[in-house]
Amino acid sequence: MTTGSAQQHDIGLYLRVWALLFILSTLSYLVDYFHLQSYLRWALIIGLMLIKATLIVAVFMHMAWERLALICAILIPPLSLAVLMALMAIEAHYTFQARTFFFN
Amino acid sequence: MNAPDYASPDNVPIPAIGWRGLLADWGSDGQAFRVSWGKAMMWIFLLSDTFVFSCFLIGYMTVRMTTTMAWPEPSEVFSLTIGGVQLPLLLIAIMTFALISSSGTMAMAVNFAYRRARIPAAALMFTTAALGTAFVGMQAFEWSKLIAEGVRPWTNPMGAPQFGSAFFMITGFHGLHVSAGVVYLLTVAVRLLRGHYESRSNYQIVEIAGLYWHFVDLVWVFIFALFYLW
Repeated sequence: MTTGSAQQHDIGLYLRVWALLFILSTLSYLVDYFHLQSYLRWALIIGLMLIKATLIVAVFMHMAWERLALICAILIPPLSLAVLMALMAIEAHYTFQARTFFFN
Repeated sequence: MNAPDYASPDNVPIPAIGWRGLLADWGSDGQAFRVSWGKAMMWIFLLSDTFVFSCFLIGYMTVRMTTTMAWPEPSEVFSLTIGGVQLPLLLIAIMTFALISSSGTMAMAVNFAYRRARIPAAALMFTTAALGTAFVGMQAFEWSKLIAEGVRPWTNPMGAPQFGSAFFMITGFHGLHVSAGVVYLLTVAVRLLRGHYESRSNYQIVEIAGLYWHFVDLVWVFIFALFYLW
């Protein structure tokens, strides 16, 4: 792997990733088609989503061949969104309980 | 100014990989990102866009968790009836495949651009734009169908009223990105064919446009999973 701005890869790599994305999308569609429920459903949805996202960022967007300085600058800041998500989830639980208590 | 990519101004070699590379890039009073400014700025723009879409999706999570009414079943809301058979999420699945295909053609366009093969690169970019247009068209169809069924940002006949606002906001903002991307790709492809970029040593503009396009596909992966499948 060279770390240059002019990256040259076999076109077959893109075709393989493309095929893989097709298969993974079909699998996530089948999760809904077969009405899988509860934790199995959520685990499959999140797992397939993350694999697809990784493939797109790493190969299609060439992140796998960028320098670590750029990779860190782009991929670390979004982790703060996990904090926002956690805070909003806690808040949402509280709001839901309050609504259930006062409205119903 | 034909210095190699990874040499400092005084030609001291810089460690190429790993943590030593990171320290060399950030620890000296120099340029941190050893890519063209256009590519660095596109990445930073995409980072900011990540925050915009994440805030929408987290907002959607919050309203879905807090509502005391039943959330409309996306599997049924977005089903199509063809030949008397109800197929769940069929249109959404087709839209997903159209967008993934457009990402594939875009990746190949970038690959041809690296080799300075401008005719195939432009042709693949036109294909990408066509698939993107098809995606937006199907989304317009989906919006019309839901609006005809009485879905509004403040109410809908299926359940929790927050469904409409989350749906129109998230898919609308994404559709806007796809539409802007189609215009962007067409502009770059036409300029590529006209020889506008011949004076440069490479066609990196194609790669930068490609980053934007792949990001649009990336966002759809998250919307598909969290809004349509959840």
